[in-house]
Amino acid sequence: MIDFLYLISAICFIYGLKMLSHPKTARNGNIIASLGMLIAIIATVSLGTNLDLKMIGIAMLIGAIIGGFFATKVEMTQMPQLVAIFNGFGGGASALVASSEFLKYGADSSMFLIISITLSVLVGTLTLTGSFIAFGKLQGLISTKPITFPGQQIFNALLAITMFTAAYFIPTYGINAFYIIVILSGLLGILLVIPIGGADMPVVISLLNSYSGIAAAMTGFVLVNSQPSAGNALIICGSLVGASGMILTQIMCKGMNRSLANVIFGAVGGEVEASSGEGKEVNIKSYSTEEAAMIFDAAEKIIVVPGYGLAVAQAQHAVREVAEFLEDKGKTVLYAIHPVAGRMPGHMNVLLAEANISYEQLKDLDEINPEFEDCDVAIVLGANDVVNPAARSDQNSPIYGMPILNVDKARTVIINKRTMNTGFAGVQNELFGYENSIMVFGDAKDMLIKLLSDLKEL
Amino acid sequence: MDITTITIFILAVFVGFEIITKVPPTLHTPLMSGSNAISGIAIIGAILATTVQGNIGMWLGFIAVIFAMINVVGGFMVTDRMLKMFKRK
Repeated sequence: MIDFLYLISAICFIYGLKMLSHPKTARNGNIIASLGMLIAIIATVSLGTNLDLKMIGIAMLIGAIIGGFFATKVEMTQMPQLVAIFNGFGGGASALVASSEFLKYGADSSMFLIISITLSVLVGTLTLTGSFIAFGKLQGLISTKPITFPGQQIFNALLAITMFTAAYFIPTYGINAFYIIVILSGLLGILLVIPIGGADMPVVISLLNSYSGIAAAMTGFVLVNSQPSAGNALIICGSLVGASGMILTQIMCKGMNRSLANVIFGAVGGEVEASSGEGKEVNIKSYSTEEAAMIFDAAEKIIVVPGYGLAVAQAQHAVREVAEFLEDKGKTVLYAIHPVAGRMPGHMNVLLAEANISYEQLKDLDEINPEFEDCDVAIVLGANDVVNPAARSDQNSPIYGMPILNVDKARTVIINKRTMNTGFAGVQNELFGYENSIMVFGDAKDMLIKLLSDLKEL
Repeated sequence: MDITTITIFILAVFVGFEIITKVPPTLHTPLMSGSNAISGIAIIGAILATTVQGNIGMWLGFIAVIFAMINVVGGFMVTDRMLKMFKRK
């Protein structure tokens, strides 16, 4: 009976995820997936034996209140932080389940059980601590610059080796060896995330997302002997999530033309600093919003290029107001979304959706790049590296080979930045000095509000 | 442990790859938060862990239920909140 119910819930998850392939069906897909979870929980509670229902109920209530509170309160700009921390709780839960299973059998556990418990605790704990560091970085509690020290990678490798040695000695030393595994896994999670810079966060969050799934799958392997039905359910769901996170990780890496190893061990930002000195002189033209308004007034086709700066300035609603004004005058407005714009996959899409911008106007890299050729104005809001033409032409640039949005092909490029600071990769953007480039300095939101009032006065 | 478990694992990974590659970039954030909620399936392991004899094991299960439930409820709710916003003109 319980196998059958778990099967139904697995079908709900798969079908729900499948419905996420289109914005029209996505919301129902999520509801179906949540029903799948409800079935799994009810089946477990009602068919389990010797359960202390009162205690479980209290724990579930506490979790539901905390989760529900954050889910309703969070700002859309803070979504990366929220997903990071939820990943962490998922990984933590898996590690705890595996730990309690270890306490049941202790040193008498079979070889297979020891291996799966070790992997489950390793991935789960690492996800928990790594996610908290990622949260800290995204929330600005910890420096978003890569934090490195000499010999970091060797140190991490030693930690991992020590940990597996401890796992090997579980049959001899039991719980003490187990404690070492827990502590070292937690430390490893911290050390793997601190050297990663702010702009690489999309990769890290995707990876932690994948880990939270892998941890659940490993916990499934832990449970499969004593609780075969529950074990299989965890394996199925964990694998789905693990695969999903892996795909997103790959997409993010491709969006930066970097390998996963390079993101994790490269600590970009620190290492690139040296090359930033040779940056070419760029002569920029700085315009006021009034002058920019006149350019917009003469334009027919406008492409908006949002970046992390837009999220920081919370400028999504201001963008929509300007775009609506221009559309009412019969102009076409499209949005160009780079895969790694923002701090997590799809970050910009969610922000713009929040501002009521139709998802049909949001175009990805391949769709939008041919559009720049006959575009009158491309406006870049708080993006930098993703529009740097050096990625196409300059083999010495650290971002060479990264797919970029070809904004320079537009008749006029208006770039809004707060200051002339270099982008995350530490390179000066030669785009700013181009013949057809115009800089409008200021906070994205303030700039757009001023632009709108100037447009209205024309 | 037998070959069935490994079979389930490998097939599930394949199913995951197949369905997730079809999700458009626009929905990548809700995909993450939604799939994240699904990884909260650890909750069923957590519920069963509360029956482990001895206090520590039981309390680990108790905390695991809280963690997993944060993940499940928070994940599905925030995904719904986001997906509600995806509209056409």
